[in-house]
Amino acid sequence: MPTKKEIQDLYFMDSRFKLLEIASFLDRVDRHDGQADFRHPAFMKALEAMQNPPTGTSRAQAVHLAFSDHSTEPAEAADIQFAYGACQKEVEA
Amino acid sequence: MVSRTTADYETIAQVGCEALCEPAFWAGYDRASAQGFYDYYRQLTEYEPARAAKFGIKHFCWLCINPKEAEDPVFAREVMALIPDFIDKPNVLGIGEIGLNKNTKNELAIFEEHVELAQKFDRPILIHTPHLEDKLKGTRLILDALKNANVDRGRVIIDHVEEHTAPLVLDEGFWAGMTLYPESKCSPARAIDILETFGMENIWMNSACDWGISDPLAVIKCALEMKKRSHSAETVEKVIFENPKTFLSQCPNFSL
Repeated sequence: MPTKKEIQDLYFMDSRFKLLEIASFLDRVDRHDGQADFRHPAFMKALEAMQNPPTGTSRAQAVHLAFSDHSTEPAEAADIQFAYGACQKEVEA
Repeated sequence: MVSRTTADYETIAQVGCEALCEPAFWAGYDRASAQGFYDYYRQLTEYEPARAAKFGIKHFCWLCINPKEAEDPVFAREVMALIPDFIDKPNVLGIGEIGLNKNTKNELAIFEEHVELAQKFDRPILIHTPHLEDKLKGTRLILDALKNANVDRGRVIIDHVEEHTAPLVLDEGFWAGMTLYPESKCSPARAIDILETFGMENIWMNSACDWGISDPLAVIKCALEMKKRSHSAETVEKVIFENPKTFLSQCPNFSL
């Protein structure tokens, strides 16, 4: 299996690129007019989760969990067919 | 592959694809009548196998009404009543991709009825888990329903697992599938992370070939990525060929 350094050799530059994309996306939201919706606080929560994942949880799992609907009962009905990528109920709870 | 061009069949044949399986899924729009599904099932069982055969590829399919169109249970049951007419077609593997989309009561009821249909015809099951924020809850609801139905877990594959749902599925003894996308969902690099973390057993990966931005060569690209990470040729072969073959060999109609 590759060493940590070899993993860096493979993925550092691509991940650096993606990190800058995230930083620029957040700058873009800051710079533009209007109000961001629930996805913005969900995104910030996911960033925090990535940096400080709970014990026993990987960073990727922590990001998934930050964006997830944690309710357990089936919904009464579907009012949309798509997914936003973040859960409004969790943000507003 | 109803959402792909004939050139895509040629491309995957050129990189060594021997067979593919295509789930019954959303057409990019809601079909207006059950008759629309009758035509769709004919497309999956007659036209697509012939199109694939021109390039030496065996085409297999799964039948169901997908969860995105299952919110109206009356309509869904009308469509499901067509399935027995097609279940014995030579390229049909089983029931799928059933599952949940927005995790509703109606979707869950239709999911459970599909599981009963699979059990009645003694066929394997391919399951779609919801995307993004709905995946965790949907996966848990699906696992609970499957436990209640007392299915043979080795004949059920639960697809679209990611880092947070792969252990839930594998720990319960089901097969797990990872569908690879160029954007928005599971990438080849992350799929390999999941394999390295949760093991190479009872898991496969597949290339998303749907109406969105997707790539029929995603599995091949993932195989190359595995080589970059020093995985052996045997391991790559196991994950991209032997594992799917092992699972699909449980389907009476499957052969290579």
